[in-house]
Amino acid sequence: MAGLLHLHSTLLPSASALRRRAGAPAPSSSRRCFRVEAKIREIFMPALSSTMTEGKIVSWTAAEGDRLSKGDPVVVVESDKADMDVETFHDGFLAAVLVPAGESAPVGSAIALLAESEEEIPAAQSKAASFSSGASSSPPAQETAAPEASAPPPPPPPPAPVAISAPAPPSPATQGGVRVVASPYAKKLAKDLGVDLFSVTGSGPGGRIVAKDVEAALAAPKKAAPVTAARPDVPLGSTVPFTTMQGAVSKNMVESLAVPTFRVGYTITTDALDQLYKKIKSKGVTMTALLAKATAMALVQHPVVNSSCRDGKSFTYSSSINIAVAVAIDGGLITPVLQDADKVDIYSLSRKWKELVDKARAKQLQPHEYNSEGRKWCFGYSVVNLKMKGTFTLSNLGMFGVDRFDAILPPGTGAIMAVGASEPTVVGTKDGRIGIKNQMQVNVTADHRVIYGADLAAFLQTLSKIIEDPKDLTF
Amino acid sequence: MSLSAPSAAAAAAVASGAASSRPNAIRPAAGLRFCGLRREALGLRSSPQAVAARRSVAAAATAGNGAAGSGGFDYDLVIIGAGVGGHGAALHAVEKGLKTAIIEGDVVGGTCVNRGCVPSKALLAVSGRMRELQDEHHMKSLGLQVSLPGYDRQAVADHANNLASKIRSNLTNSMKALGVDILTGIGTIVGKQKVRYGKVGFPDNEITARNIIIATGSIPFVPKGIEIDGKTVFTSDHALKLESVPDWIAIVGSGYIGLEFSDVYTALGSEVTFVEALDQLMPGFDPEIGKLAQRILINPRKIDYHTGVFASKITPAKDGKPVLIELIDAKTKEHKETLEVDAALIATGRAPFTKGLGLENINVVTQRGFVPVDDRMQVMDADGNVVPNLYCIGDANGKLMLAHAASAQGISVVEQISGRDNILNHLSIPAACFTHPEISMVGLTEPQAREKADKEGFEVSVVKTSFKANTKALAENEGDGLAKMIYRPDTGEILGVHILGLHAADLIHEASNAIALGTRVQDIKFAVHAHPTLSEVLDELFKAAKVKAAGVSHSVNEPVAA
Repeated sequence: MAGLLHLHSTLLPSASALRRRAGAPAPSSSRRCFRVEAKIREIFMPALSSTMTEGKIVSWTAAEGDRLSKGDPVVVVESDKADMDVETFHDGFLAAVLVPAGESAPVGSAIALLAESEEEIPAAQSKAASFSSGASSSPPAQETAAPEASAPPPPPPPPAPVAISAPAPPSPATQGGVRVVASPYAKKLAKDLGVDLFSVTGSGPGGRIVAKDVEAALAAPKKAAPVTAARPDVPLGSTVPFTTMQGAVSKNMVESLAVPTFRVGYTITTDALDQLYKKIKSKGVTMTALLAKATAMALVQHPVVNSSCRDGKSFTYSSSINIAVAVAIDGGLITPVLQDADKVDIYSLSRKWKELVDKARAKQLQPHEYNSEGRKWCFGYSVVNLKMKGTFTLSNLGMFGVDRFDAILPPGTGAIMAVGASEPTVVGTKDGRIGIKNQMQVNVTADHRVIYGADLAAFLQTLSKIIEDPKDLTF
Repeated sequence: MSLSAPSAAAAAAVASGAASSRPNAIRPAAGLRFCGLRREALGLRSSPQAVAARRSVAAAATAGNGAAGSGGFDYDLVIIGAGVGGHGAALHAVEKGLKTAIIEGDVVGGTCVNRGCVPSKALLAVSGRMRELQDEHHMKSLGLQVSLPGYDRQAVADHANNLASKIRSNLTNSMKALGVDILTGIGTIVGKQKVRYGKVGFPDNEITARNIIIATGSIPFVPKGIEIDGKTVFTSDHALKLESVPDWIAIVGSGYIGLEFSDVYTALGSEVTFVEALDQLMPGFDPEIGKLAQRILINPRKIDYHTGVFASKITPAKDGKPVLIELIDAKTKEHKETLEVDAALIATGRAPFTKGLGLENINVVTQRGFVPVDDRMQVMDADGNVVPNLYCIGDANGKLMLAHAASAQGISVVEQISGRDNILNHLSIPAACFTHPEISMVGLTEPQAREKADKEGFEVSVVKTSFKANTKALAENEGDGLAKMIYRPDTGEILGVHILGLHAADLIHEASNAIALGTRVQDIKFAVHAHPTLSEVLDELFKAAKVKAAGVSHSVNEPVAA
């Protein structure tokens, strides 16, 4: 029952990884460093079944530092169907475990590093450090910097070069001295949601942290984030060249002008959706995941809206519904993709989303997890030859209070939906009364070569029905 | 063993089979099976009418229980302790035509019926339903809609209490109907074949008996340093009354009792913290079952745990302060942490209740409180000699602290004193933990079987099947679970069966009966199972097993003392 372990030679390391490696004591020369590089392999989460999108590490059968021969079991993975022992395809040493037992990782993401020889273990481990502490070491201040420390305790990262304006998480030293009393469920939630318990104020008996405190802590910084990020540190009066990502965005935006697009808007009442969200928020479900799920379910009924025009002569109907969601990151925009959003249940989808965003912000996304060209960071809309890509894009500016906006269609896809804020609105009801309902406006931009006005109208009608009666979302 | 402190129970109970090394396995594991066992042993006599009918037959044949004991004794058999063990022995004794009396100092039914498996099953029945109703995902996938399930704590507690009273009166009536003399008071052995009994403040009565069975059972074991107040720090005795449902409860000991209570408390809304002395939770189970149990019963629930630690000091809540639990490292004894919780349940096992039995009068010295016995449950004196006509069954001897084991031991003793030698095969006694889903086992665990195979030089094979492959389990939307069988491929002997899954406790008996009767895999695989039923999980195991055809011996029929 052994699944295949996907091993690939390491891709080019990121700049920060190189920096760190240069500072690490082990490699003595740059030549050696280069040689070492080629012999550290990433162990990827294997796909154990055709429907598996993420796998949970049940246990590591090998420990860090263990010598492994080809065919040795390394890890037990729980998929949606069964548990399987996974074997290695290469000889070497298990240098670093990136995803500890009990946690999940998407199919294809690195879960461990395999070093070819024993002396390469330190190099691999410093590489691992760049994986797990990527967030804290990347130079620009990130809006997630405050409470969302990654769950596995990373090796102590080097001091961050730039001071962060948001309240910094307490250092490990203070954590050692202070006792935190948190209930078992609060601890579990904090771990699942990536909340640092030291930043949470307890409201339970004796100041104990209970589940709702963790949820409150999770909600709070999200609202605060735009405020703290509102004063960007830009060198006024100078010209700053595009980064690679910004350059790619620019190129794509110009390319988009070649596509004949049009727009259809719709107002959707979200009272029921808000209520559902409140109910299942504690299980880690996010509004983004709910919207992605609703959209995917509507797309099932309107496959043409999920299609695209590749050559100007034909419809390309996508076999799966993959929702790309635009996420602002410092210095650009990426679009992590929620694969098979129509099929994956809402809880898994939310977990997956959280994971992708964390990784995106730490710049760790695997190539198939974001929409891009090759390995370049670019305005994630253009995708042609990648295995994993978004077939429909969501862009949401509602959290800023934006009530409606207009999105540019990413080349290569058929449609993008711009989602505004849901706000209490005075409405006239059918029985002639006046009431207040929460409503949001959505606005879809589509390629008119394949998607016509009536297609979008019908799609939006379906979507509004799903959102206004959202009970099917949690199936 | 799931003790957070070394206990007498632990050391003494390591005797044999799968379940024997779990002193706190005892009571909760036996509720339903108690009834099953009686029915098995007594044929039709489980309803009062049937009992009455049988009595008249017995009376005709043997002059009933009323005849004077032969040889000048008041009774043929006197049993001290009317728990499940004593009750089982008494009923079988009457069937064998023995004039029988049973002495009870407290209430008929003992721990199991009053403070153990019976009321806990009532609570678990509630928790199972609550858990199901609260599982929105589960309900929805069945197409059901349930809004806001809730419970009334007092009504739940009453259900448990009513069940205990009902079973208690059933037990009492069944003995009365058969004419067993129920004597009230504390029984003390004053000499060879002589027992004195009486209530405090009343004149003692002395009776003589040809044979005496000690069946005084056990009480919860509370390690040193733990202060019980019965409100915020308590044992299973108090917990079963369900006087409160704390927000956060620490359970000290992750054996059967702890695990079952974690099931009850989490279903009713509590959060649970386990404190376990050994390095892993549920250490008594087959390792594979234990791992899966952790993934199904612990990880997804509002439970966390500390392993490898002792609770060295527990102080009840008072003056607005929470319950304080001092944890020390099990090995280094260094202070590790202090927990602040709303309540603590002490489930660290059970200690024998053998004080005041007068054992010193007949030169018997207890070992950590347990009465030493041989394979036939005959009591051994300080010099290692058998004390004639004196037996000890159940928790008091510590061999296998399960209600149905006590009853089986009692029946075995009655067989012997009626002239038929009998040695109970403890490896055929099943054990069960009534969590949701349930866990059950019989015989050896895989490591135990492999160790035995290494020593004795035979091969061991293991087959497994998943509840995901069972139609009925899937229909119930309860596909979580695993069944495994350990057997000898050369003879087809079943060495052990372990089940985690829906109704595992009821499923185990096909395996335990096969072990008890010496049925081999190659024979039982042809037995037909109704489709679709959960029993096909075992059918699957039997059919998957590969027994080498040549040279099959029938040696597996010999009972093994354990």
